[in-house]
Amino acid sequence: MSKMAHLKIFRGDAQRGEMVDYQVPIAPGMVVLDAIHAVQATQAPDLAVRWNCKAGKCGSCGGEVNGKPRLMCMDRMDKYADGEPITIRPLKTFPVIKDLATDVSWNYTVNKTIPAFQPPAGQAELNFSQAEADRVQEFRKCIECFLCQNVCHVLREHEKYDDFGGPRFFVRVAGLEMHPQDTADRTGLLKDDLGLGYCNITKCCTEVCPENIAITDNAIIPLKERVADRFFDPLRALWRMLFGSKT
Amino acid sequence: MSKYQTVSYDVVVVGAGGAGLRAAIEASASGAKTALVCKSLLGKAHTVMAEGGVAAALANVESRDSWQTHFRDTMKGGKFLNQWRMAQLHAQEAPERVRELERWGAVFDRTRDGRILQRNFGGHTYPRLAHVGDRTGLEIIRTLQDKGVHSGIDVFMECTIRRILLDDGRVAGCFGYQRESGRFMVFHSKAVVLATGGIGRCWQITSNSWEYTADGHAMALWAGADLIDMEFVQFHPTGMVWPPSVQGTLITEGVRGEGGVLLNGNRERFMFRYIPELFQGEFAETEEEATRWIDAVVAGQRPEARRPPELLTRDVVARAIRREVREGRGSPHGGVFLDIASRRSSEVIKKKLPSMYHQFKELADVDITREPMEVGPTCHYMMGGVRVHPETQESTIPGLFAAGEAAGGMHGSNRLGGNSLSDLLVFGKRAGEHAAAYARAQAAGAIDDAQVTSEANEALAPFDHSNGENPYAVHEELRALMQTYVGIVRTQDDLKHALEQIQLLRQRAVQVKVGGNIQYNPGWHLALDLKNMLDISEAVTQAALLREESRGAHTREDFPDSSPSWGAVNLVVQQRERKLSITQVPLPEMPAELKELLKSE
Repeated sequence: MSKMAHLKIFRGDAQRGEMVDYQVPIAPGMVVLDAIHAVQATQAPDLAVRWNCKAGKCGSCGGEVNGKPRLMCMDRMDKYADGEPITIRPLKTFPVIKDLATDVSWNYTVNKTIPAFQPPAGQAELNFSQAEADRVQEFRKCIECFLCQNVCHVLREHEKYDDFGGPRFFVRVAGLEMHPQDTADRTGLLKDDLGLGYCNITKCCTEVCPENIAITDNAIIPLKERVADRFFDPLRALWRMLFGSKT
Repeated sequence: MSKYQTVSYDVVVVGAGGAGLRAAIEASASGAKTALVCKSLLGKAHTVMAEGGVAAALANVESRDSWQTHFRDTMKGGKFLNQWRMAQLHAQEAPERVRELERWGAVFDRTRDGRILQRNFGGHTYPRLAHVGDRTGLEIIRTLQDKGVHSGIDVFMECTIRRILLDDGRVAGCFGYQRESGRFMVFHSKAVVLATGGIGRCWQITSNSWEYTADGHAMALWAGADLIDMEFVQFHPTGMVWPPSVQGTLITEGVRGEGGVLLNGNRERFMFRYIPELFQGEFAETEEEATRWIDAVVAGQRPEARRPPELLTRDVVARAIRREVREGRGSPHGGVFLDIASRRSSEVIKKKLPSMYHQFKELADVDITREPMEVGPTCHYMMGGVRVHPETQESTIPGLFAAGEAAGGMHGSNRLGGNSLSDLLVFGKRAGEHAAAYARAQAAGAIDDAQVTSEANEALAPFDHSNGENPYAVHEELRALMQTYVGIVRTQDDLKHALEQIQLLRQRAVQVKVGGNIQYNPGWHLALDLKNMLDISEAVTQAALLREESRGAHTREDFPDSSPSWGAVNLVVQQRERKLSITQVPLPEMPAELKELLKSE
């Protein structure tokens, strides 16, 4: 008889729900998502959970395991103590659709507001170095699991959905703004529409990023500097006052 | 009883991986009112898992490369069963499709002079794969997604399409349900593009996600369209084998492209023993020569030595691994070893193969910079699919188009690594463009309300079954059956057995019962998908039974050689009056100048 895992999984929707107990046999190397699939296949076929790649590449299976935001496909069962129940809840920051699936459509709405990459006109082929690529490739590793959005207190506690874009989209903007060949300007968008100023760099997002993107240090802080340079530099403000120039 | 919501478009694209996104972008740019419908959230489709790179003869790293060489490699990899015109268009147009992605914001790894870097891969004569470490698919899907959201496309996420709706033999739209609410939807459209990917969930050990349930293949078959090359299913040589949790998860061919070598349980480099006649003289014959090749590649020089045999095509490598294991020379968990640790520095491995490093460290407790990986074949890609016109991607049903893995013909009997990402860009664009042109020239067909109601009632039936089985149980049995009897190596007896069992499973599948309600109910979704998978499993098995030879990914133990007569025909599968029929169709005649290309070395 193999060892059993004890799971407590949220079952319910936006209105109501409860934690339901399940037991499934543990196999070597099992991850939390495997255990959920075992529950689904044998005990609760209508248990809703998102997943795709099962290898940490697609960012579909985010959940809160024992209160910690995790990609469930990369969360090994053997790191949890024997026999202790493992609680699995949906991401808290987004409305529950059913069980572990949440409504993350807000993120897609924010994404649409970000102007696309704009290369210099008339170039069939772009030229830039690997060192320049490295800088933005870090941001482009993002798998859109939205764990950073989930833990950001501006969203999680203060629910500033209308005024704030969240770390995922600062990472996205950083990837565009720091692209060596991009010609668009998103500084105004960052300050006004995406509410970059609300971020007080507590680094919660960086801590949960499964791709280890240095969200705060490499994306948010440099973007804050750009916004400050543009809008809050006293010399520039004086220049604008005197000459009315845009910069 | 069922109500449904109807929306109207010129073009509906089903599937939002690379092919679907690229098709939708092009259809919309061509002026068509375009909907993009996908089963998952946007950006999660299978393309995101592609690792090694996109093949295009940019000639950035090796100036001798050209579309002609890429064409020749592709045809040779497919053992000449490919639709030559598709292979030609693909080789000619792939470079521009890749440069276009760069203009849309994709950030590929760079050469020393600041251009797109290209890496070596199996079956490609020259370093040809534009890549981003080992996460090229993510880069491509994100680039297309970010382009797509500014292209005026309406996206319907988490919506499954079940049926193509016809009016007098041409497309009138399609029918499906929203996964979240369970509500039925009708997309009333002049054209439909199937970009639904593959069929890997019919097998037990697979690199494919839950989405790969043969939707597009089945819908095309049911609509009366031709399918082609259905006997050719690619088993990627290197999937993870241990622990069981990750069995089948893909390990990029890029590991071998970066110099990784395959060793059996006796630590013997066995691939030298498996160089097929077709490739004799093109590959290194000693370890010393193979090492010189790697040394030159690492130093950024043009190699004088021939390529290591680990870079043979996937069909060859997968069969070799299977044989080593069968003959008792496997690794402890029934695979072989893939070693990059002794070939490249820890820094290079982490830089060029970061997600492989991460994946093994987290999921298998293996540090690939210090020790070898254990690998074995995993069901990975479907060469066969909807038979399409090579220029327009239109199927044999007017208004029904297909692109990417859902379409057949481009790869013949075996696909080269890297040719999938380029395929979906080249033919996604073509499908979108021609679907839009078709829609411009047509009036909308009529939706048959009675048909929609009947589809909806059929879909709800599993809720009424009181004694049926759990759909997961039937699915697992199908997967085990296909794994054992319709795998890498096939025999007549095995295939006949599989056909009998598929009939029995079909009887059980129509009886499965589901509990709960219609909202976000994976058990219900799977119950509906069983029909697709059973019908397409049967198509694969029938075609495999008929083709009495071994060619590319189709290996018959009872017919181990390739035969010239079978090499002159494709198999076309149709469904007529609920029965499958298979016909042999001669390969299209290739122009003399392309024939010459295939002869030249």
